[in-house]
Amino acid sequence: MEHTVVCRNVSKVYRQNTVAVQALTEINLEVPRGDFACLSGPSGSGKSTLLNLIGGLDHPTTGEIEVDGSRVDTMERADLARLRLHRIGFVFQAYNLIPVLTARENVEFVMQLQGVPTESRRAKALDILREVGLDGLEDRRPGELSGGQQQRVAVARAIVSEPALVLADEPTANLDSKTAENLMQLLVHMNTEHNVTFVFSTHDKLVMDFSRRLIKLHDGRIVEDERRRP
Amino acid sequence: MRFDMGRGSLLVTLAWRNLWRHRARTAMILFALALGVWSMIALAALARGSLEEQLRKAILNLTGHVQIHAPSYRDDPVIEHRMSVLSPALLSLLNGTSVTAWSTRVRVPAVISSERESAGVTLIGIDAARERGLSFIGAATIAGRQLESIEENSVLIGRKLAERLETEVGRRIVLISQDVNNDVADRGFRVVGIFDAEPRALETSYVFAGRATVQQMLQLGDAVSEIALMTPDRAGLEPLLARLRAAAPDLDVQPWTVVEPLIVLTEKITNVILVIWYAIVFTAMSFGLVNTLLMAVFERTREFGLFQALGMPPRHILGQVLAESLILLALALVVGNLLALATMRALADGIDLSAFAEGFAMVGISPILYPTMTPQDVTIANALVFVLGVVASLYPAWRAARHVPVVAITRA
Repeated sequence: MEHTVVCRNVSKVYRQNTVAVQALTEINLEVPRGDFACLSGPSGSGKSTLLNLIGGLDHPTTGEIEVDGSRVDTMERADLARLRLHRIGFVFQAYNLIPVLTARENVEFVMQLQGVPTESRRAKALDILREVGLDGLEDRRPGELSGGQQQRVAVARAIVSEPALVLADEPTANLDSKTAENLMQLLVHMNTEHNVTFVFSTHDKLVMDFSRRLIKLHDGRIVEDERRRP
Repeated sequence: MRFDMGRGSLLVTLAWRNLWRHRARTAMILFALALGVWSMIALAALARGSLEEQLRKAILNLTGHVQIHAPSYRDDPVIEHRMSVLSPALLSLLNGTSVTAWSTRVRVPAVISSERESAGVTLIGIDAARERGLSFIGAATIAGRQLESIEENSVLIGRKLAERLETEVGRRIVLISQDVNNDVADRGFRVVGIFDAEPRALETSYVFAGRATVQQMLQLGDAVSEIALMTPDRAGLEPLLARLRAAAPDLDVQPWTVVEPLIVLTEKITNVILVIWYAIVFTAMSFGLVNTLLMAVFERTREFGLFQALGMPPRHILGQVLAESLILLALALVVGNLLALATMRALADGIDLSAFAEGFAMVGISPILYPTMTPQDVTIANALVFVLGVVASLYPAWRAARHVPVVAITRA
């Protein structure tokens, strides 16, 4: 089976002067292509840390991480940026839209960095915004959108370039339940229609209920890895 | 590396829009930069205007663009060091298109006496008609009349000298000097004109008489002390100097820069002062620019982390911050230059410094100051601000590109 993510004996220690905090310990994980997996656990269990390591936003202290066949733990900054640009999409808890760009421009952002021609880029951005239910709002800036709408823009941005992997850190944390459910249905649709691999980090039971795989962390270790029927 | 219009336009779009996220702050730094540019250009224009006026007066103060003398005259300006015959080649050059005006003069130390007082002066025998366009005396304001012939037995004296000698137009004075035989030569002249001059020192230093009259008085024959000439361009004298020296190898041919070294020194000092002013202004401007950019980078730490998370290479983040700086500098240069241009237009009739006129006149500075904006000064000011501005922006841009994505994104 082809795996999008492979973690082998991954550990992460944060050092602050003389204090060392073991955030992750001996993580071994394989995420097959097209998986819809959820990292759960209490605060401080290492969910976000693991997500950041997989996304190349941080480096493991020990161990190896492969994303779509590339070793992210040994890559240089420029190579990591290229990997994130072409192969990984991010959805953050706090939307993290670029405030001076419109919704359409935010979605086009990654494609523009990839060098996609203007017309093609614009058409794809409008299509994906329509797909996430934001038709007619493409020229609004983030400050003119609701929380749910901003998160939809963030999701659209993450998936528009059809990455191999989407990492979502608490994507429903700032949404009401109805909006959160709508968002999850959208992501499931993206997963099934476009075979995009999703890995979530969440406290939200709603997200866990939508997931086909539940990976529980506790004190930096995987304590349970369950395949389920959503 | 080819320039990618897509990424390039993205960086410029981000830079332009981010500049105006904090309009008041951007407007303030823009104003400060523009003011700095304006002050650099305006001060240079004032300094150049003053210098140009001093240069003009020094050249018109009997210096001309080029002077020709007997070899030892400049070291010892006495009657023994005189020129007798001008070669045809030299005359041909003097009458050619490279020379706009020229004349010969007799210049000797003398004593002038009225019935009341005496004073040491420089007696200058001139052809008044040829001094037009060549020296100040050709167009001076004269109470009475100008000299009309090189043979008339008349003199022009300065107003200050007339006051000192307690004489006036129509009265007679006596001039005493030394002739070619080292005998005392004296002669009575009638004062036909009293001239005003700047600096005032000229009014007490010089006494002008007809050249032939002076030659006769000193038994010089056709000999003269100096030839002065003017050209269309005082900055491009080297070719003419070379030809003059070739035509008169036995004579001392020197440009105004050698004859009036003090003015050349003044010009150098002015340039040094301008450089110091530019350095001070730019240092002050760069602190403001760097501080503004660092604040903007600090406030957008999370955003830069997001850029990296989305796959923007660090060099593009650096490029985006530099683009902001470039736009800011370009706008400041446009505004600053337009302000300077408007200022020069408003001051086209000169700045009236009459309140200080007495002091200025003594050192030869006109009470009306005409700012002079030169392409060189404008280019240097603009290039300096732009280049050094970009250099000053490198540190904030580097800071922005150095953020660790996970640290930046998780910053509250």
